Amino acid sequence: MAYKIKESTCVGCLACRDECPNQAISETNFVMSIDPTKCTECIGFFADPQCLSICPIPRTIQINPDVPRFQAAV
Amino acid sequence: MESGKQKTVALLHVMQPAGQKNSGTGCASSGGKGKSSCGSSAGQGDLSPEVWEKVKNHPCYSEEAHHHYARMHVAVAPACNIQCNYCNRKYDCSNESRPGVVSERLTPEQATKKVLAVASTIPQMTVLGIAGPGDPLANPEKTFKTFEMVAQSAPDIKLCLSTNGLMLPDYVDQIAALNIDHVTITINMIDPKVGAKIYPWVFYNHKRYTGVEASQILSERQLLGLEMLTARGILCKVNSVMIPGINDHHLVAVNKAVKARGAFLHNIMPLISAPEHGTVFGLNGQPGPTAQELKLLQDSCEGEMNMMRHCRQCRADAVGLLGDDRSAEFTTDKVMAMDVTYDRAGREAYQEKVELKRQAVVAARNMELATLAGEHSDVSILIAVATKGGGRINEHFGHAKEFQIYEVSTAGSKFVGHRRVDVYCEGGYAEEDSLATVVRAINDCQAVFVARIGGCPREGLKAAGIEPVDRFALEYIEQSAIAYFKDYLERVRRGEIQHSKRGDADIRQGALIA
Repeated sequence: MAYKIKESTCVGCLACRDECPNQAISETNFVMSIDPTKCTECIGFFADPQCLSICPIPRTIQINPDVPRFQAAV
Repeated sequence: MESGKQKTVALLHVMQPAGQKNSGTGCASSGGKGKSSCGSSAGQGDLSPEVWEKVKNHPCYSEEAHHHYARMHVAVAPACNIQCNYCNRKYDCSNESRPGVVSERLTPEQATKKVLAVASTIPQMTVLGIAGPGDPLANPEKTFKTFEMVAQSAPDIKLCLSTNGLMLPDYVDQIAALNIDHVTITINMIDPKVGAKIYPWVFYNHKRYTGVEASQILSERQLLGLEMLTARGILCKVNSVMIPGINDHHLVAVNKAVKARGAFLHNIMPLISAPEHGTVFGLNGQPGPTAQELKLLQDSCEGEMNMMRHCRQCRADAVGLLGDDRSAEFTTDKVMAMDVTYDRAGREAYQEKVELKRQAVVAARNMELATLAGEHSDVSILIAVATKGGGRINEHFGHAKEFQIYEVSTAGSKFVGHRRVDVYCEGGYAEEDSLATVVRAINDCQAVFVARIGGCPREGLKAAGIEPVDRFALEYIEQSAIAYFKDYLERVRRGEIQHSKRGDADIRQGALIA
């Protein structure tokens, strides 16, 4: 799984984009989105997902159930 | 605003200010116990020439300057790294006037063009601040790029920065290298147990911390940052939000701690917590202080350090004189369409004229003050003043969006605050009781000075025990205040009136229609 951003509650502050170690987060006209092919849930980088940790609005960064869980390379 | 879906950013963090913001005085609290004898509008006072040079045209650091000089903020820093219970980053209303709220988000290039456009239109604009709407140092690339670009195109504009302080120690060298010589840090506590009631979390070193641990990290970083800045000779102002029952008494200790670390000025601001803002404090019913509670705390800290009382707790995109926002004239669309040439010589010529006007205000005040010499009385009164700036009584009662408050005694006159009286955009009072709103806001004043006033409000004010005074129309504020006070004392002595202390007053909450 990757993370995704709930558009209706996101304020477009870009904090998550700046913290993402995978450059998986982009913005078009104030709409933020996470590229599920790039998101590693911060596994291999940090103990906690960075976008989730800095997002000011609760329940805005959510698990994306449409993609399989990220597997770190063995 | 950019095209396509327009999602505006309404974020956090009390600036300063500027306003919020800004010196209750124009002078330094250098060394020794207590501060020296400069009045709130005394100008240079006991300041060293270097410090005076830095603050004299800075509306957020000098009370006297704020009547004459304007500032602007550019909203290039949307991200934040902490959460405060007085901030709701979702809130957005174009009529909302609160720190951390902004209607637009700018790139450094757009911001630079905006600065040049405003500098050309408002030649008394002397200061550019970056204060959010998040935290400037949580957006270091955008913040410092903007400062670099502005310093190149408009080198006479002073640069300043307002931060929560979490990342400050990491950027002190960069701040010094860019000649940013005014920095405001919002410090609401030095005890992490108090902080835990104000800050639910901070994001630091790639981790979200909560509880007392979060505030411990924040407090250590704030105080370290303050020490590092003052060691480099950078002027530091400390903003504190007064939250009754949480940090109101504690702010006396904060005041001592920041003074000991070399802060130049302390700005204690009232909590803004209208429920419609949706902040944690707003939703919990946490009240802000009354005018008297705020003044009492400011007065009790003033013996230690210069206090700022003219902060308007302005937005991260504010433009113009404090209390007279002109940001609507400089939206991104309008600015990008402007053909701007930066006329430094023209600005300097204009500012020279402003300087002459300002000196005339001070001279008039001092002349009037001299006539009080030898007088001694325990009486002190508050006077509300309707003004559009320039240190004169030049606003119609009915048009005033705020009143400036002066305290007068035989010791002289002093600016002690301001009260907003504009109409709420929501959840406010209906128009018919706007007079009642004004009375609540200036209820602690003996008189209100106006350029003009209608018959109806005149009678209403008298009924409330506040004397409407229009005989000083267009005159200088402080000169008139002293003249009025002499006459007031005379009337008390003759037994025409009885002096008695007035009651408390409200600090208005909520949205401002600019």
